[in-house]
Amino acid sequence: MNKVIEIQQVSKLYDDFKALDDISIDLYEGEILGLLGHNGAGKTTSMKLILGIIEASQGDIKLFNESPLGPQANNLRKQLGYLPENVSFYSQLTGREVLEYFCKLKKASLKETDRLLEQLGLAYAADRRVKTYSKGMRQRLGLAQALLGKPRLLLLDEPTAGLDPVATSDFYTNLAELRMQGTTILISSHVLPGIEKHIDRAAILGKGQLLACGSLDELRKATKLPLTLHVRGEWPDTDWQQQLTGLDVDFQHLNGKRLELFAPLERKMDIMRILTADPSVSDIDVISPTLESIYNYYNRIPS
Amino acid sequence: MNTILIVAEKEFRDGMRNRWVMAISICFALLALGLAYFGASASGIVGFTSLSTTIISLASLAIFLIPLIALLLAYDSIVGEDEQGTLLLLLTYPLQRHELLIGKFMGHAGIMAASTCIGFGIAALLIAIMTGELFDFNLWRAFGLFILTATLLGWVFIAMAYVTSVIVVEKSRAAGVSLLLWFWFVLIFDLLMLGQLVLTKGASGGDWLPYLLLLNPTDVFRLINLAGFEAARQYTGLAHLSDSGALFNPYILSFILLIWIITPLSIAVWRFNTRRV
Repeated sequence: MNKVIEIQQVSKLYDDFKALDDISIDLYEGEILGLLGHNGAGKTTSMKLILGIIEASQGDIKLFNESPLGPQANNLRKQLGYLPENVSFYSQLTGREVLEYFCKLKKASLKETDRLLEQLGLAYAADRRVKTYSKGMRQRLGLAQALLGKPRLLLLDEPTAGLDPVATSDFYTNLAELRMQGTTILISSHVLPGIEKHIDRAAILGKGQLLACGSLDELRKATKLPLTLHVRGEWPDTDWQQQLTGLDVDFQHLNGKRLELFAPLERKMDIMRILTADPSVSDIDVISPTLESIYNYYNRIPS
Repeated sequence: MNTILIVAEKEFRDGMRNRWVMAISICFALLALGLAYFGASASGIVGFTSLSTTIISLASLAIFLIPLIALLLAYDSIVGEDEQGTLLLLLTYPLQRHELLIGKFMGHAGIMAASTCIGFGIAALLIAIMTGELFDFNLWRAFGLFILTATLLGWVFIAMAYVTSVIVVEKSRAAGVSLLLWFWFVLIFDLLMLGQLVLTKGASGGDWLPYLLLLNPTDVFRLINLAGFEAARQYTGLAHLSDSGALFNPYILSFILLIWIITPLSIAVWRFNTRRV
């Protein structure tokens, strides 16, 4: 697979403050990478480096095999779309005028503005001033702007911050459509619930360092976080301790009718067989480690 | 289309949409008409005075007003885009920083030029009709010069506002610095010149004072417009200043105003290229 972004041992210093410390991340064509981290972890700095707005203090960055600050910079920029974290567009202009302005600057065909307004459900409000737009509409206008010129790479900085659940879900629907078309996407977020099913891999940043990078499965294996099982039923005579020996299970009785189990991932099927064999068990809930628990795990390791 | 022109067009459109052009035009027109109508009331006459007298009082007032409007128009040009996040976005587009800055300047310059022409132009036409000076072409030449130099003066202060806007990090600070600039060029500088003359009882400065005035664009504007009129020479005490030789003809003075535009604009471009986003 082709590498779209190649970040090698990059550090960025602002005076004495180390915003990024020896980061290496690759992004392959067609994948969606989630850049996760708390506020100030270095997400926006990473994006600015990729976009060529700032220069790395150390290390090397390649975008489509070119330096984002090199002589090809203007050509590279036509192939990428960016949605900044906090952007409020020119409120006196209409949505169409804003989009046409950015379209001309990107030297894209003006026909695209109509297509994008339609695609993102803004066509009905295209001739209204941006100041009348809701937060969700503004964010969709921002995405429309990022999609001008059919970019091969999209960088989205906290695109769902401040959106209500419906708008967030709409946003991810738009993203899924783009993924089908093969667009490579880098999306940063500190809002973890909801993002995991939309990304192929996650890179977890903390205090300027790359704490982990990989697919959700890889991260689950690497963290060895336990599986949680909630079991319900009536078992006056069953000794679960004895039943589950040798399977590395921790458990606790929540009350007489409920049991909570923590077990290593690889023991999942063994435990399930024992539980399902017992007729007194009426319901089992299996909870895999979430992105949130993986994220918390990495952020709690003292560096 | 050229990137600079795309930016300029958007900036001008924003100015129309914000009602800047309309507000400034109306302000200028009312000012000119008011001065023409009430200007002579001190001497007991109410009614339209001639356009030539009006230009003199108009020029004096324009010195206060035009820099203020220009600074107000442009102080947030860069820092404002930075605060709303569009600057960061624009810099990821295939455009150079200087293209963005010059484009925005041209847009603002267009707003200023349009407002000056519309506002003062309409007023002048009305006054000339009322006073029967409609076909006095010498007068129109003088008034044309007034509108041209008023526009140039506006551009000078727009360029200064850009320097402020590029250097500061917060919009509110840009407003503060702009106000200080206004105080310095419109009030304090002239007070210092005057104080110097008074303290030395006019013994010094006769030869070098006129050149010192070139360090203040509002004085350059004053020299062009007031020295051009016989009545104004005697009235404003600029008589012997404008006699100081060939340097003080309107063309050379206008050229000096141009230098006053290009210099701050170049500084703004230079500082913008090193600004951290």
